[in-house]
Parts: sequence; structure tokens; C-alpha cells
Amino acid sequence: MKLTVWTYEGPPHVGAMRVATGLEDVHYVLHAPQGDTYADLLFTMIERRDHRPPVTYTTFQARDLGGDTAELVVNSVRDAYERFRPSALLVGASCTAELIQDNPGGLAESLGLPVPVVPLELPSYQRKENWGAGETLYQLVRHLAGPRAPERGWSRPPRPEGKAPSCNILGPTALGFRHRDDVQEIRRLLERMGIEVRTVAPLGATAAQIAGIGEADFNVVLYPEIADSAARWLERTFQQPRTSVIPIGVGATRDFVAEVAELAGVDPTPGLDALETRLPWWSRSVDSTYLTGKRVFIFGDATHAVAAARVAREEMGFEVVGLGTYSREFAREVRDAAKTYGLEPLISDDHLEVEKAIAEAAPELVLGTQMERHIAKRLGIFCAVISAPVHVQDFPARYAPQMGPEGANVLFDTWIHPLVMGLEEHLLGLFQDDFEFGDGAVPSHRHNEHSAAPDAPAPAPETETAVATAPAPTPGQASTDGATRWTREAEAELKRIPFFVRGKARKNTESFARDRGIDEIGVDTLYEAKAWFGSR
Amino acid sequence: MSAALPTVHGNGCDAPVLKERGQREVFCGLTGILWLHRKMQDAFFLIVGSRTCAHLMQSAAGVMIFAEPRFGTAVMEEKDLAGMAVMDEELDRVVARLLERRPEIRTVFLVGSCPSEVIKLDLHRAAERLEERADGVRFIHYSGSGIETTFTQGEDSCLRALVPRLPEAPSGHANLLVVGTLADVVEEQLLRLFRELGVGPVDFLPGRTAEALPPVGPDTRVLAAQPWVNDTLRALTGRGATLLPAPFPLGAEGTTEWIRAAARAWDVSDDRVDQVVAPARARARRALDRYREALEGRSIFFFPDSQLEIPLARFLSREMGMRLVEVGTPHLDADHMTEELKLLPAEIRLAEGQDVERQLDRCREAGPDLTVCGMGLANPLEAEGLRTKWSIELVFTPIQGFEQAGDLAELFHRPLDRAQRLKV
Repeated sequence: MKLTVWTYEGPPHVGAMRVATGLEDVHYVLHAPQGDTYADLLFTMIERRDHRPPVTYTTFQARDLGGDTAELVVNSVRDAYERFRPSALLVGASCTAELIQDNPGGLAESLGLPVPVVPLELPSYQRKENWGAGETLYQLVRHLAGPRAPERGWSRPPRPEGKAPSCNILGPTALGFRHRDDVQEIRRLLERMGIEVRTVAPLGATAAQIAGIGEADFNVVLYPEIADSAARWLERTFQQPRTSVIPIGVGATRDFVAEVAELAGVDPTPGLDALETRLPWWSRSVDSTYLTGKRVFIFGDATHAVAAARVAREEMGFEVVGLGTYSREFAREVRDAAKTYGLEPLISDDHLEVEKAIAEAAPELVLGTQMERHIAKRLGIFCAVISAPVHVQDFPARYAPQMGPEGANVLFDTWIHPLVMGLEEHLLGLFQDDFEFGDGAVPSHRHNEHSAAPDAPAPAPETETAVATAPAPTPGQASTDGATRWTREAEAELKRIPFFVRGKARKNTESFARDRGIDEIGVDTLYEAKAWFGSR
Repeated sequence: MSAALPTVHGNGCDAPVLKERGQREVFCGLTGILWLHRKMQDAFFLIVGSRTCAHLMQSAAGVMIFAEPRFGTAVMEEKDLAGMAVMDEELDRVVARLLERRPEIRTVFLVGSCPSEVIKLDLHRAAERLEERADGVRFIHYSGSGIETTFTQGEDSCLRALVPRLPEAPSGHANLLVVGTLADVVEEQLLRLFRELGVGPVDFLPGRTAEALPPVGPDTRVLAAQPWVNDTLRALTGRGATLLPAPFPLGAEGTTEWIRAAARAWDVSDDRVDQVVAPARARARRALDRYREALEGRSIFFFPDSQLEIPLARFLSREMGMRLVEVGTPHLDADHMTEELKLLPAEIRLAEGQDVERQLDRCREAGPDLTVCGMGLANPLEAEGLRTKWSIELVFTPIQGFEQAGDLAELFHRPLDRAQRLKV
């Protein structure tokens, strides 16, 4: 049993819903009690979909439990088929229905419907949303494409002369973080390379396309959390190789183009030529010098976290001071990446643990999920969102991919935007005593708002109206061991340091004092610590 | 609407109720925690459930309000399904961690969920056991599971569980007990009117803390502020209190009659009531006048959601002149809806329960000017060309009393107004 306030992932049947909702003509019958329909609003409100998810809930109640809930399943499957006429049916149970063991998948299969029925077994008390999406895609591909699997020992014949190479794009779903735009961006890139994109699945695919998914030459896996199992099976069954590089950032997109060119047997040059992205120059231009060595803490799903770390270090010139994920299934990838940054990876789905780790690392920027955005806001640290779980703000009206050349531009803008700009930062350093720069002062465009609490102004641009009312647990508000004491002068001097680095300055000074057995921190200690830390 | 709206009753709705079974597009009772945990500031709501429960609470909250909420979910894992012995141990550990983090918590509600009910976890006994061991912290069990409760029934279930804990009011202690969560500002307004009428002492259930519980006894009069507190009302009459039948305090008329019901029990004359409420009532009417032209004659269709549907339909039909196409309610408790049903027009379609696909068919066929529905349906219906009002806003907004009557009408006016303004 685990005490949870906020969760990074929903239950596995929500993952199945993301797959079903992404598909064009597949319906999902979910054996579930009243109330589980809340999941519809994720799609209709957060993603602003103009259609209900294609999901029928059996909606059993307490009084049904003594009777025949199995009959409810049978009737719901029949009614759903009659009403929606899907090309394939997914049938499964939510957490409560799993406990009553009606075997809805088996019941549905026995009805002899004229379309394929894919039973889903998603263990709700062990697994979570992304796993559920991955398993659903895998089962769907197996059931629909399985009948066309070639015999054992078959090998893919060479592509006929003059025929363009082809691929599928695997992984994008409904309610995915920027999946809509990533697909458009990567499709364009592949087409520039002369590669035909056959099927994008699940987002936008029909059951017939899934059945023929084995025809393409290879698979592009954009979101391993969702597509890895299906891609592995396709690789085994149809001898379809798959990509491993995730094209987030300029370097990774270049590597992706090289990998794709190799798989497709084409010249990578047109793909590389297509990488018109501003990120490299924007990063090299002198205005960006101030970004050098900014300490950044990264947390998200494994794919986005690992990709963001590379971009942060190689393309923004940041220093990665924390790296973690809530995706336990992909913890190994994050551990491997963390090693290259000399970091201990944080593998956890407990947001309180993540909060603690962020407070301890005292970064200047957090790249995380909506959870970390809230955590960062409480800690007074800037934050940009790089990964699911999603929020209505993660479905912008504009085109905003994370992947490919345009994705790199978007990363530059969205990560840099929350930070104070270069010259502004210098002016703050020069004229700290300007009353408008003081802790109580609010940026002029937000002058109607309450002034922020000392040491913890909410600096990140916030469009959300909900305001955290809990006291912000500022890192190092009091000295951590309680033994060291700050003199009044040192406290005042600390206040002159811009708020966005003050937490780090306080923490460093205290640890400097502690290591040297200094129990009273004066102005000198502060500057000695600054000199000492500045030189490492 | 004439200026001197009489206190007469309408024709009364005795049309047969369409009872439906099928897919329900509603929340479960856990969702009530979203407002209960803000109302009772010393209470923590610990759901014993699954990841789905936790995900529901997070998603239904709309935005993730990161003021650390006073609710959480003890998410059951594979090993917890084995039996109660393991569960006891696990629950102890979770509760200990919780109280360590939140030492200010005086009451912990152990809230049952679908999975905990299905595996028949005895949370009642668990609450007793935890209370014996905890130092001065109370543990109260209720169920907010979807297999037993629909949306607002979760509050009923919670308040019902408090009733046995209410202190005994001695005979002769004539208090008015107002039942059902109201916004603090609404409570203050209503209290001022009761005070002027000499009605009181007035207590509210729930109060602002879970610790200060109102007394109940043979001379307690109970007035329902919300239409979903049915089981709680029964439990209170079971403790000797008298229920005052009244329509709900929505709109100028509803609020007047609601106050009058209490005043009569305190032997205040109808004339005196009219005189005391006159200024506020006139203000409410003026506020309503602003929206009447836009709403009058427009048709409205209610999908079931909170049980507020019937009182809202009554308000919109009698005070705003709207045409009721269908009024769906998740649950119709005829005992406590009598005064409202009397005020509804005779020829409307009342529906209890839901088969969402069939109800959508009826709605599309009727093509109402405005459809009140949940968040799962609103955007798809908008995309089909219907104007909608999402119903949860009616639960999360102060709409009761005279001063909020205009706000209430405005909620229905806004989607129509918006449709008028947009040229894209």
C-alpha cells in the first residue's frame, strides 16, 4: 500500500484508452464500475477532443455484484458493436472489475462477432498507464497483424529496384505529450529523405492498417514506453528492423537521420540538409553566454528525460545536476545516462521524493513534468515542462513539436524563456538595491498580484490561476543542521544576491561553514565560500 | 414574472419518471472530497483504493492545485489483496506516515472505494482500531465507491457517518441544523437573515472543522441546503430531529421559501419573513432581470450529475422562463424532492439514472438551446453544434441564496452569450 497524493501515471486501462482513442475505428469495452468514466474528460477537456473516446463502460453497481455481472459484459459488448460498428474490439477490465474475475475478454470472444476481438489483461495492482498503452498496442498488433505473419525462417526480400523505402511510425497516442506535432515533424523529415510513411500507429491508424503493418521495410519508434513491445515483436515476426535514436535535439536528430538512412539504405544527405534549425546559432550567439553552466535538474518519462539531458549539456551548455524518471520499466536507460553525467539517478514515482531531491540539488532550472512545475514554483525555481503527465497547457493551439528540427527550436524557446535574460541578469547584479528589484517587488507587468514571500518569489511565468497556498519549503531557509548561525550583516548581504541563486548561495555557504567548523556565518564567510565554490 | 411573485405552488410534476439503466457518465462519490476537504479544515480524507482512485482525484480537480491537499489515496498493490492481516499492517504504516507529515489533522476519514468494497475490506473496524490507538485523532469510515454512490452522494455518505458522533442536544435546545456544504460566504448571508428573523441558534453540517460537531436532539429542526443529503436527513430524524420540508435555496423564490420553512418553525409570521427578505429579494430579482430576456423561452436539457438538476430546472422554468426538455437526475429521492416537484411544470420529462447513449440520442433529437452535462460530454456536444454548460461548475460555485441568484442565472447565460460573440 502506498500513500499517494498525486500520480505521474494513471492506471493501465487509461493507457489502453489512449491507444483506442488514437485509433480511427476500434472500440474499447471496459468492464468498470460507475465513476470510471471520469477518464473520458482527460481526452475531452485536457486534449480538447471533439469526440468522446470510443469506450463503452459496463457500469456495474453494488447490487449487480451478487447477480450476473458477466451478462452485463455480454450485453455491453453486443450493444457497443451494434451501435458503433467498429472494425475491431478491445475488451478488458478496470481495477475493480479485475477483482470480480468475469473474464470479459473471453466472454466477448465467445460471442462470435464478425470483427476481431482483442482481450486485454492489464494487471491494475502491478502496472501503470504507459505499460498499459504498450501492452494494448502489442496485443492489437499481434491479433490483427499476426494472421499475416510469414513462416518461420522467412527473410525479408530485398526491396525491388525503383521502389521507395517505407516505414511505420510507432508510439504516438491520444493524450500524448506533443505526439500530434512530433508525428508531423518526423513524417516531414522522413519524406524529405524519400521514405514513404505507411502507417502511424496508434494515432490515426485504422484496424486494416494495423493488419498490414508488417509490409513496411522498418519501424520508427518515437516513444519506446509505448511502442517497444510491439516493435520487438514486429522485428522478430516480420524481420522489420527498428530505430533506437529518439530525435529530440539537434545532435540526436542528426543521429536519427543517420540511423534511418542506414535502415532504409538511402543517402543521409537530404535528411541532414533538411535540418534547418536555429538552435545552434541561438545557443552560440553571445546573448546566450549567460546560460553557461546553469544547473539543471531533469525529471520525466525515461525517453524525454534522457533526451533532455543530452540537449541540456551539449546544446544549451547547461550542467546537469539531477536526472530521474518515474518510468520504472525504463529505469536502465536512465541509469546508463546518469552514469555519463556522473550522477546518481532518481528512479521514483513518489513526487515528495522528487521534491526533496530537487530541493537538495538547488538547481537554477528544472526540466520536468507538471508535477515538477508545481514543485519548482514552491521552491522558487524556474521550470519548463518536457514530459507527460500532461496538462491542458501541454496542448497548445500552435505547432510545437519536441522532435526534429522545429522541435529543437521549440526546446530552445521553452527552456530559455522562463529564465531571466542575460542583460537583465547583469542589471540585477549591478543595481541590487533598486527598490523595484527587491524581494517584495513584483514584475511590473504583474503589479496587481500579491508580492511574493521573501526568499521565495514565484518567478516563473505562470498563467494558471490556482495558487499554491502552502508555505514554500525553501531550501536552506534555516541552516540545515541548526548549528550554524548567520550574522545580521551576512543575512542582509545574502538578501542582495538575486533570488534565483540565493538558495544555492545559502546552501553552499552553510556547507562551507560546517566543513570548517565555523558556527557563525559572517559576510567574510559568505565571500570565502563564494570564492571557494566559484573555483571548482 | 410579476414583481410580486406569490408563494403559490405550480401545477406540480407527476409525470411518470423515465428510469434508465446503462452506461453512466458521472463521477463516483469520492469526488465529494474535493470540496469536503476544503470545508473541514482539520480533516484528512484517506481513500483506501487503487491507482484509478488517485488518478480520478487528480483529474477531476481539473487543474492540479498544488496547495498540498488534505486528501490522499492509499493505493492497494498486489500483496494488499491477500487479506486483512496484511492490510491492517499496511494501513497502520500509511496512517503513521500521514500523521507524522500532518500533525494538525484531528479527524481522518477512511474512505472506501470500489476495490475496497469489492474485496470487502472492513474499514469500519479498521477505523475503530486506529482510533483506539491514535492519540486523540478520530477515524471515521464512509464509502465513496462508485458501486454505491454517485458524485454528490459521497458527501451524503460522509455526513451520514458523522451523525452518530453528533453530541446530544438536550430537550428544549431548539437549534436549526442546515445540512449540506455551502460556501462560507453563503452561510454568512443566510445567518444574517436568520438572525434578523430570530431563528436560531443555527448550526451547519458540515461545519468549518470536523471536530466542532453541531448538537442534535428532539427539538432540532433540520433544513437541507443541498439536494443530495438524503441519508443524512434520515439519520438525523432517527436521532429525534424534525425535518422541515422546503424547496432548495436557489433563486429568489427558492431562497424565500427555504427561509420561510425555518421561520415558520420558529413561529415567525409570513408577513415578517417577506418584510425581512424584501431588500435582498428585490436585489436578486434585479440581478435576474438582466438575464431573463436572453434565457426566456429557451429550451434546456439536463444530463444527470449532482441531483441539483430538479431544483435548477424549477428555478430556470419559474424565474427565468426557460423551457424544460428533459431533466435527468442520477437519483430521485421522492421523499426529499416533494416541495420541488410541486413547483415543476406538469409536462416535462424526468429521467432517473442513465443510459448515456440513449440519452444522447434524445438530446440530439430535441436539439435544445442549452445542454447541462458533465465534462466528458460537453466538448463533443459543442462540436456537434449544441451549446453546453458543464455541470460541475454548478457544484463548485456559490449559487445559493439571494445574493448569488444573479450569478446562478449568469452561469446559464454565459454559453449563449459566448456563442453570440464569437465570429470564428
